[in-house]
Amino acid sequence: MKPAPFVRHVPRTLQQALAMLSQLAGQDGRILAGGQSLVPIMAFRLAKPAHLIDINEIAGLDRLDSDGTALTIGARVRHAAFHGPAVDNPLAALLSYVARHIAHYPIRMRGTFCGSLAHADPASEWCLTAATLGATMIAKSQRGEREIAAADFFEGIMSTALAEDELLAEVRLPLLAADAKFGFNEFSRRAGDFAMASSLVTYRVADGKISEARIGVGGAESSPRRIEEAESALNGQPPGDPAFRAAALAASDAVDPLEDHQTNAEYRRDLVRAVVRRALEHSLT
Amino acid sequence: MTEKTALTLSINGHAHAINVEARRTLADAIREDCGQTGTHIGCEHGICGACTVIVNGEPVRSCLMFAVQAEGKKIRTVEGLADGDTLHVMQQAFMDHHGLQCGFCTPGFLMLAVGVLEREPNISDDDLLDVLSSNLCRCTGYQNIIKAVRAAAEQMRGK
Repeated sequence: MKPAPFVRHVPRTLQQALAMLSQLAGQDGRILAGGQSLVPIMAFRLAKPAHLIDINEIAGLDRLDSDGTALTIGARVRHAAFHGPAVDNPLAALLSYVARHIAHYPIRMRGTFCGSLAHADPASEWCLTAATLGATMIAKSQRGEREIAAADFFEGIMSTALAEDELLAEVRLPLLAADAKFGFNEFSRRAGDFAMASSLVTYRVADGKISEARIGVGGAESSPRRIEEAESALNGQPPGDPAFRAAALAASDAVDPLEDHQTNAEYRRDLVRAVVRRALEHSLT
Repeated sequence: MTEKTALTLSINGHAHAINVEARRTLADAIREDCGQTGTHIGCEHGICGACTVIVNGEPVRSCLMFAVQAEGKKIRTVEGLADGDTLHVMQQAFMDHHGLQCGFCTPGFLMLAVGVLEREPNISDDDLLDVLSSNLCRCTGYQNIIKAVRAAAEQMRGK
């Protein structure tokens, strides 16, 4: 249970980090941010990176600010930064509620928002958040900078659109409308464990009817995503049990559930129905 | 073998000059290189919480940090809780409420509870219970651990 040997590199600036990544990516070099997923994987020797580029000493990557339309989250921002209100917007309450479901308190002290997205575990709460809210990923490399939409970012289990020499330097989360409602629910067998299914929902209500519904499902498929069928079932309906049940059923019908030795497709589909309904019910509390 | 780095770890106010590989976890360095064996190592992959220490005021898993990352930071371990012969209120509460059986998980629970309550003295009871779900006790003595931490929390707030 000891990580294999590696060489640690400690860039002081983003430019240094990108130069190192450009040079070392091809030699099995990886970024070390919070390390709360990478180090366990290294302890199991499932990963034996030859080089780790430790970005924890880079000033400026801890950026967490809003320009009035989006919240920008730098690569060093820890999960715990969202325990309290991170921005003067309903998004803050959403992030705070979701953050409390991520692993455990000491893990949240170290683990990072961007690292979680780059790691792309299907059960990750932040991956679900990014997919549901339509985050924009800012990938930087020595070759330049590009934006990647959340819908194009997640490519499968622990697989993203990032090239090996690209650092996920920032993520922009769009702010919510002042009257937006949100709800979240996840199912796991133990507190802090990986979600077997999770759902995040946001919507607005105009003239007693739901509009702009976003229904995301995580942990159930190889990547989290919005479920259009469920959103269609919700839009135009009054918030309440009949619409919530219809949307939950639509979501469970639409997913292509992951299976493992403990969870067959039928069970996971049922979990999706439960977490979507519970997330929608949470939106009314 | 890879190269070793010379560094100094500050543990409970004492400087420990050590030579370690980059892959040396903080938990191993605290125990093996600095001789502070009060910090226990259980799972070595961040699940059990036995190795919890406080780094710059934050309770963290020392098995999920590398020692080289802790240079220049203030590390606190269970050895630093008592003031001479006077136990920390958290330690005393664990004794008073029988919050330990075999004692293996105890240093981790103490540092977790002290670390969180120092940061958030007015944490709600629900959140405190959630915090305590971070660590495992294989004697399953959770009820008395919860009693002890609640009692100590009251005292720490009263200070």
